[in-house]
Amino acid sequence: MQNLLAPGHRACAGCSMPTVIRLVLDAAGTNTIVVSPTSCLEVTTTPFPESAWVVPWIHSLFENASAVASGVEVMMKRQCKDTNVLVIGGDGSTFDIGMGSNSGMFERGHKVAYICYDNEAYMNTGVQRSGSTPFCAHTTTTPAGELSLGNPRPKKDMPAIALAHGVPYVATASVAYPVDLRKKVERALQTQGPSYIQVNAPCITGWTFDAGTTIEIARLAVETGLWPLFEYVNGELTEVKKIRRIKLVDEYLKVQGRYKHLYKMPGGAEILRSIQDIADKNIAMYKLVD
Amino acid sequence: MMKVVEGSYAVAHAAMCCSPDVVSAYPITPQTHIVEHLSQLVADGELRAEFLTVDSEFSALSVLVGVSAAGGRSYSSTTSQGLALMYEVLYNVSGMRLPIVMTVANRALSAPLNIWNDQQDSIGARDVGWIQLYSENVQEAVDTTVQAYKIAESLEIMTPVMVCMDGFILTHVYEPVELLDKEQVADFLPPYRPTDILDPQNPKTFGAFADPSTYTEFRYLQYEAHLKALSKIENVAKEYAEVFGRDFGGLLDAYQADDAEIIIVTMGSVVGTIKEAIDGLRAEGTKVGLVKIRSYRPFPAQALMKELKNADVIAVIEKDICVGNEAALLTDIKAAFYNSNLRMPIIGFAAGLGGRDITIKDIRKAVEKASAARKGIESQFEFLTLRKEIL
Repeated sequence: MQNLLAPGHRACAGCSMPTVIRLVLDAAGTNTIVVSPTSCLEVTTTPFPESAWVVPWIHSLFENASAVASGVEVMMKRQCKDTNVLVIGGDGSTFDIGMGSNSGMFERGHKVAYICYDNEAYMNTGVQRSGSTPFCAHTTTTPAGELSLGNPRPKKDMPAIALAHGVPYVATASVAYPVDLRKKVERALQTQGPSYIQVNAPCITGWTFDAGTTIEIARLAVETGLWPLFEYVNGELTEVKKIRRIKLVDEYLKVQGRYKHLYKMPGGAEILRSIQDIADKNIAMYKLVD
Repeated sequence: MMKVVEGSYAVAHAAMCCSPDVVSAYPITPQTHIVEHLSQLVADGELRAEFLTVDSEFSALSVLVGVSAAGGRSYSSTTSQGLALMYEVLYNVSGMRLPIVMTVANRALSAPLNIWNDQQDSIGARDVGWIQLYSENVQEAVDTTVQAYKIAESLEIMTPVMVCMDGFILTHVYEPVELLDKEQVADFLPPYRPTDILDPQNPKTFGAFADPSTYTEFRYLQYEAHLKALSKIENVAKEYAEVFGRDFGGLLDAYQADDAEIIIVTMGSVVGTIKEAIDGLRAEGTKVGLVKIRSYRPFPAQALMKELKNADVIAVIEKDICVGNEAALLTDIKAAFYNSNLRMPIIGFAAGLGGRDITIKDIRKAVEKASAARKGIESQFEFLTLRKEIL
């Protein structure tokens, strides 16, 4: 595997994000330009005058990566270059503040592969809730407390938003399934037009789990049905990763600090059942079990 | 070729002659005609550029960040609320040293909503690191557009430029304009060949973050580029005059200022009205002159002092208000003079806000007040045409 994200970056020990980036870049190759919004990715890889990026990379602002990528893609097309143009950003910029810019890029049909590494909160600023934060997860702006069981709202369905724009390639992936992730990046890059891949990327500081279990946590998200791995091509569901032995969400939730209040507080058991319902719905909807 | 055209068409035509790779814009009154004309020029094949219709002004300028970093020449146009929405990108563009050129069709800011002309929008963006050039008439806006690319793209400058023209007054007026010849512009303005671009053959990182050990130096280099731009703006204007035969001044321009006792300083289209007023006042024996500021950023402090040094009194007329203090140009001029030995009274007037006409009568009133200030300043700043009866 070629290493297009050099070692020496400042990501936390146990962070899944650099692994995601390396897999994505390895699939994309050197003929690639990456645009990143403000994120953990940006601040851990580019403290001037150092950079971990072996491919050309640009960061402008938090909410404009898709617009910047649109400009880069238009210039590549104009110069008849077949360079891959990727956005790689976190869920805050993808689901929330960059939504207008993303919508514009999707709807204009730029050939840009948008990779969201989804760690389900604003981790760079200290674990605040984003539109991607799952139901009843603790964050620093949706803390558990006497009157709160964590984030009161369900996770925003960003793949559905991409699909509603007619994005021809939409998929979910996981850092725990590298072969699947690589394959999906390759397919995204072959797509004529925009593509969107949302990669489950556990955050050790935000989710709080034992260092060294990052990949296990990510695998549990898939095996419980909370993170179904699917692929839509031209709006049709074309592929679903089947789960051989389905696990209860409890196995995934109990090992993460962001859910620990649900095991202690009154009303927690009911919430745990609601989260199992979310998984069960996914299992039924995507036929995750044969 | 001299033609009677709309200001917006003339500016769109000038932008076309600069052969941008990409135009990216979002419609907002009174900028719309500029981008409509550009769209038509693209549709007709006269401008071989990509025209991106984007989701907001914020995205319009963000797209150009990508274009410029990838080595393309780019153009946009906006005004008022649109410029305000771009605010974050404006700093980013100048900090990344991307030589984007953008026309600002100057317009008032909401609230209350007002689509008419003043210069609050670009004045509000005076500290974002862009060069700001103001135009007196459509021809100057045309010529300044070409000059702007030459200034912005100079390797020692590498700083974006706003070409400011008064909304409606200049964007919607029909007047005789010498339209540019594309080949002549191409001779004057060499192709954009930046040294650092997004290129997989030579991968570089753009937009890294700078900690306290280097951030100051990035800001200093921008500051230094603006200082260098002071002579660059002058030289490019001179060079332009030699090739195209038109000269609207470099950093500034003067009218009847040599022997003037009272000198008015202003920016933009009101210059024409003031010249008319001066002609009348001169005929009556009042020695009034005018200094027009073309370059507001960088601020031409030395050139201004040279031009104003013999005046008895200076009256600044401007279309903005810095609520909580006075108006921007007045403050800047006073600041520039404070450490010099020039001690004439400097008074200022906010006028023409939200599109209110500035008439010859208004100019005469300002001159009267300036004349009186020679004997002692009664009020150093006021609203020139305040309707006290409706307050």
